[in-house]
Amino acid sequence: MSGDGKEPVLVLRGLRAGVGGVEILKGVDLTLHLGEVHAIMGPNGSGKSTLVNVLAGKPDYEVYAGEVYYRGRDLLSLPPDERAREGVFLAFQYPVELPGVRLREFLRAALDAVREHRGLEKLSVRDFNRLVQEKLREMGMDAEFLKRNVNEGFSGGEKKRHEIMQLLLLDPTLALLDETDSGLDIDALKLVAQGINRFRGPEKAVLLVTHYQRILNYVQPDFVHVLIDGRIVASGGRELAQELEAKGYEWLRQAAEAGRRE
Amino acid sequence: MTQAPPVYETYARRFRDLEAARREPSWLGEVRREALGRFLDLGFPTARRGNEPWKYTDVAPIARTAFVEPPQRPRLALEELKRALPWHPAWRRAVFVGGSFRPDLSHLPAPDEEVRVLPLALALREGDGLLERHLARYATYQDDAFAALNTAFFQDGALVLVPDGAEPERTLHLVFVSPPAAEPYVHYPRLLLVLGRQARLRLVESYLGLGEGPYLTAAVREFYLGEGASLEHYHLLLEGEVAYHVGQARFYQERDTSLLSVFFGRGSAIARNDVRVDLDGPGGESYLHGLYVTTGRQHLDNYINIDHIKPRCTSRLFYRGVLDGQSHAIFGGTVYVRPGAVKTDAEQEDKNLLLSREAEVDSKPALEIYADDVKCGHGAAAGAVAEEALFYMLSRGIDPVLAQTLLIKGFASSILDQVRLAGLRAHLERLLVQSLPRLRTGE
Repeated sequence: MSGDGKEPVLVLRGLRAGVGGVEILKGVDLTLHLGEVHAIMGPNGSGKSTLVNVLAGKPDYEVYAGEVYYRGRDLLSLPPDERAREGVFLAFQYPVELPGVRLREFLRAALDAVREHRGLEKLSVRDFNRLVQEKLREMGMDAEFLKRNVNEGFSGGEKKRHEIMQLLLLDPTLALLDETDSGLDIDALKLVAQGINRFRGPEKAVLLVTHYQRILNYVQPDFVHVLIDGRIVASGGRELAQELEAKGYEWLRQAAEAGRRE
Repeated sequence: MTQAPPVYETYARRFRDLEAARREPSWLGEVRREALGRFLDLGFPTARRGNEPWKYTDVAPIARTAFVEPPQRPRLALEELKRALPWHPAWRRAVFVGGSFRPDLSHLPAPDEEVRVLPLALALREGDGLLERHLARYATYQDDAFAALNTAFFQDGALVLVPDGAEPERTLHLVFVSPPAAEPYVHYPRLLLVLGRQARLRLVESYLGLGEGPYLTAAVREFYLGEGASLEHYHLLLEGEVAYHVGQARFYQERDTSLLSVFFGRGSAIARNDVRVDLDGPGGESYLHGLYVTTGRQHLDNYINIDHIKPRCTSRLFYRGVLDGQSHAIFGGTVYVRPGAVKTDAEQEDKNLLLSREAEVDSKPALEIYADDVKCGHGAAAGAVAEEALFYMLSRGIDPVLAQTLLIKGFASSILDQVRLAGLRAHLERLLVQSLPRLRTGE
């Protein structure tokens, strides 16, 4: 397996999961080590979003079989908020609007929760303001956002930048990025990519789910996996993404189906 | 009524005793006798059929209880009020306990502060001319048993007078306390507020229950807004868990008046928040905002009528409820637009957040329009906490209780944001959270 000698941060073994009794993930094996960026690519409906939502603990999803270990702990036994405090962060494909909840209050609650869990002191109002404004600036957002309701009236690009801003603020260990590149124009895409690159490092791991190869021009993955019909059908280096860009997914789907028939 | 049940005889006997002891102007004596007669004729509104205003609230427990007199001058420390109520050292305050004025707990405005606050018992003995002109004029009792009951029996209360053009700087806080007692008692808070032409006032009106047992607060408040007057009104309903509270507010608005009334109510065994607004002069504005919270087996009934009588008036009726346990809340809001009330601009909406499956809300916004060229709208909604929103917060490490707290505060914010005093807004937000046992952690 990859990453010799490094600590595995996330291990999936034979993960089967779905919604309402319908199996979407049909046995996924995957290992991420600290310092690595893995891209999961695949056509629509292949199970990419299911994968990251199951890892984050979204209640609608059911796990039918398999195991998931995060830093050696059984991730699936933890409630979602505890997973987050332990350092698992999901950047939503569709960030949720929170009516009446001011961004400042929301970020404060989130940061207090993760800092307390890490045994860090609560930030003073002044230090919090400084930190949060710095992170907003890095993602091209101004401080006025703090007075607004979370995601309410944000443009599509603002919502995605806001997700990465939270990633930088909360500083988790494992980032699950669910199609963070979709619907972004090129400038926003570059900002988001810069944010992800700023986050990555020897003590971090990134699982980046995407439909398109485009973002991988800006965020260089260490590994690329192709998910089709709930299974990883191919894994490789970043050249695999380029091959997909040129050839599409169909050849892999056919190869996978042929492989299963045999 | 062919045969008066014993409880009505008790009211009648009590009235005769009071009448013999009262020293009041004769016009009031007549009003009271008429009110008693109407009360005895109408009886408590317990009929279940054809009784639209009381469709969802059963007052049989009130009708069958032989309430006694409230405790006389119970011991009460100011600290107890300060703990439970919004407080500011600059506010002026009149405190009534069991319906009677308590000078020891009050801090009335000084004579040069542009607002007079008098205990009604005193004002009636002095025979203030304004009383005859206004008292019982807006809270009509001919067809309303609770208004009749209060009118027949109230002993004391507050008379608040703001002269023409006066703009008292300080907020006035009227506090009506229901003290603890060994037996179920009834008290009759009464308020008459007269705002002169172009006068302005900021008023906080609080009902606070301190006892554990049942009692009845039957309150009537009349607010007269003279031409061009402006009232900023906050109404807090914090009665005891097993209390009965039937409160009626009647706002009468002359031409070009402006009313902002924000209500915060916690449920009780029976709580009724009955508000009527008469927009009886052109160009009047009424903004009524309410937040109600019910838990356990509490019951809270908002019954609100806004009457657009004259042209070019604006009204907004926006209420929100947070319901938990097996509680039951009602929003019955009706906006009437009378013939000739052209250019009326009226909107109402009631939204509810149901925290438990067993909680129940009956939300009935209604419009009755008898004029052309008006702009009116209404809506109602009820739903659970959005799972998506909750998960979004959890996924950021926020624990479920805090996540719910933030979402509930967020839901309430459109009402609380109408409060113009930052300290009061913060107090109401704390009350909201404290009123919901599921949000209390570490207890």
